Amino acid sequence: MSEALEAQQKTNPQGDPITSVAAPKSDGKKDPHADAKRQKIVTPEYMFHEAPRTKEFITGSEAAKEAIRRSNVDLAVAYPITPQSETMQLVGVLYGEGYVKEYYRGEEEVGVMAAIAGGSRSGVRCFTATAGPGTLRGMEGIASWPGHRLPAVAMFTCRVVNAPLAIQPDNIEVAYLLNCGMIVFHAENQQDMFDFIMAGFAISEKNDVTLPVGVCCDGFFVTHARGYVRMQDRGIKLPPREAWRGAVPVLDAENPPARLSRDAPVQKSNFMAYNIHAVWQQEVWAAVERSRKYISKYMGGMLTAENVEGADAVIIASGSACAQSREAVRLCKEKGLNVGLIKVRSLRPFPTQELRQLCGKVKLIVVPEFNYVGWLAKEVATAIYGYSKAKIIGGPRVYGGQSMPVELIVDEVESGLTGKKSTNVALSSIMGGAVNPDEVAHFMRSI
Amino acid sequence: MAKRFNIRMAGVGGQGVVTGSHILSTAVINAGGESTIVPFYGSEKRMAPVESYVRVSDEPIYEIGEITFPHIIIIFHPQVITHGKSYTMPFYFGLKEDGIALINNDGPMKLHKDQARELEERRAKLYYFPATKLSLEVAGMDLATNMALMGCIGAITGLTNMAGLEQAVKDRFLGKGFVVSGGTAALDSVVERKFKKKQELIDKNVAVMRAGWNYAVDHGWASADVKRVEEPAAAASA
Repeated sequence: MSEALEAQQKTNPQGDPITSVAAPKSDGKKDPHADAKRQKIVTPEYMFHEAPRTKEFITGSEAAKEAIRRSNVDLAVAYPITPQSETMQLVGVLYGEGYVKEYYRGEEEVGVMAAIAGGSRSGVRCFTATAGPGTLRGMEGIASWPGHRLPAVAMFTCRVVNAPLAIQPDNIEVAYLLNCGMIVFHAENQQDMFDFIMAGFAISEKNDVTLPVGVCCDGFFVTHARGYVRMQDRGIKLPPREAWRGAVPVLDAENPPARLSRDAPVQKSNFMAYNIHAVWQQEVWAAVERSRKYISKYMGGMLTAENVEGADAVIIASGSACAQSREAVRLCKEKGLNVGLIKVRSLRPFPTQELRQLCGKVKLIVVPEFNYVGWLAKEVATAIYGYSKAKIIGGPRVYGGQSMPVELIVDEVESGLTGKKSTNVALSSIMGGAVNPDEVAHFMRSI
Repeated sequence: MAKRFNIRMAGVGGQGVVTGSHILSTAVINAGGESTIVPFYGSEKRMAPVESYVRVSDEPIYEIGEITFPHIIIIFHPQVITHGKSYTMPFYFGLKEDGIALINNDGPMKLHKDQARELEERRAKLYYFPATKLSLEVAGMDLATNMALMGCIGAITGLTNMAGLEQAVKDRFLGKGFVVSGGTAALDSVVERKFKKKQELIDKNVAVMRAGWNYAVDHGWASADVKRVEEPAAAASA
């Protein structure tokens, strides 16, 4: 037995971390792709709503791998940037097992994102994952995907991208993704990673959507840590991509001419070019809007709301900040404070109408975040402007990937309710019509 | 109210801090509880600082990431305190009032007077536990230090049992979905060569764990409902 384990440890030509999920070794008799070949295709409706699930305790990267196993993926392209998650390495194992048809390591993220564009344009289902600096390096390609109407799923396991360098999860890179025109989900935990990736493929390829989906999580907290994930049997998978259903025709390299740029005038600065750009981008963002119904159908809505009605205060959060907020709600309850929680799952499209409705009578909103700029607080304030008189505390925030102590959130709820001065939130991040600056903040007042 | 412990473990590379936390976590789940872990380390090398954060409870746990305000801290190596080999300084930073510090040392350590005062102010309970000594005595090697500590903390929290811990050790060494880093995999092969047979390895680890469990019970650290467990004579004599 120990001999077998030694052999396994030597199978590590690229020096990647060894995991317990190495590719199966072929003894020459058993087909290593046998299980993959036996997978049965089921409808997305059956997969998401009806298929029985069993619970496992796995890492976020393993959850992503299991989602890809069931998603009938044709092409996965990896680049092992540091920092990274083990996701693409594990997807490589799936390739070895025959669950993914093509897989290779790109030169770097510019090449990877271009390869995903090419793969998607040629009509196959594509997946990649990157993190932090990799996201930003690939951003040129990523920002062009929606305009080219390329269905694909990309996983962003957020890490620090601003200086000073760190490799911990700070989700400031989401702020860049929000304005691309792609659909953006923010996963709280391993279960969300699993569900959002699979639903992402189904939503991405709908005819009236035909857009890439970015599934973000706060890297490391979710990718490297374990959580419970309820999963369908590995013997079933989603239907393959049917590229002819897409909003734009696929690139047919067999029958030239194939043009990526639709019309020559696009490249010139004249009224035709501006007009085309306007029409093109309007259509991209209209497609983002149209994805709402599919998010409701496959993911059960763009947000979840718990205990909002009649609560003293409401915490609005996405990603890991949600997880911390759940504990903050529990600690508040032990202190006799009745606090509600709204978890935003989909950042693009943003649940504007839902928040307007939910926050109409709320007095205090606390928006904890894992980044410096507070992109979610701004989104929330913009969405409910004119529909709610709530005082919005844009904080607490942690930077550089620090884990947010739950106690900080409790502090903000308490200070917001009692009028005690906030210790952690800048004056500029406390919003709302009836806020008296002298009463709310003493932290970085001059900013 | 939920029974809940946020545990911060600090040690040095090679001691099995991350492995120990995986085993405790799995053991609590084996016993029907809830647990999450977050490992935290820089370069993987011997004697470099390592931290691992384990949350254990009898109710669902949602919180993620590092633990800033722990109920319990476990110090795997006295150098964490004496040499500051830790990501968290001083070692008790953020320890909640009435919290526990379980320290692997043969006896009480002489702490700086400011540190002693601050620990007293937050009514910290200091448990000095000779884990490495126990590992050497019971298994003949210091590499089971983490097992002694996990046995001890298992009894202190009262959220797992010996069957759950034993199963977790078996899962660890017989490989059941256990993701290890390259450094840990290399260390595993050293351990395996030393013990040759896996079963022997598991038996010795479990024996150290049992000794750690009983140490906690004997010193009155264990949770109210926790009893002594049997220590197999065969393993102890090896």
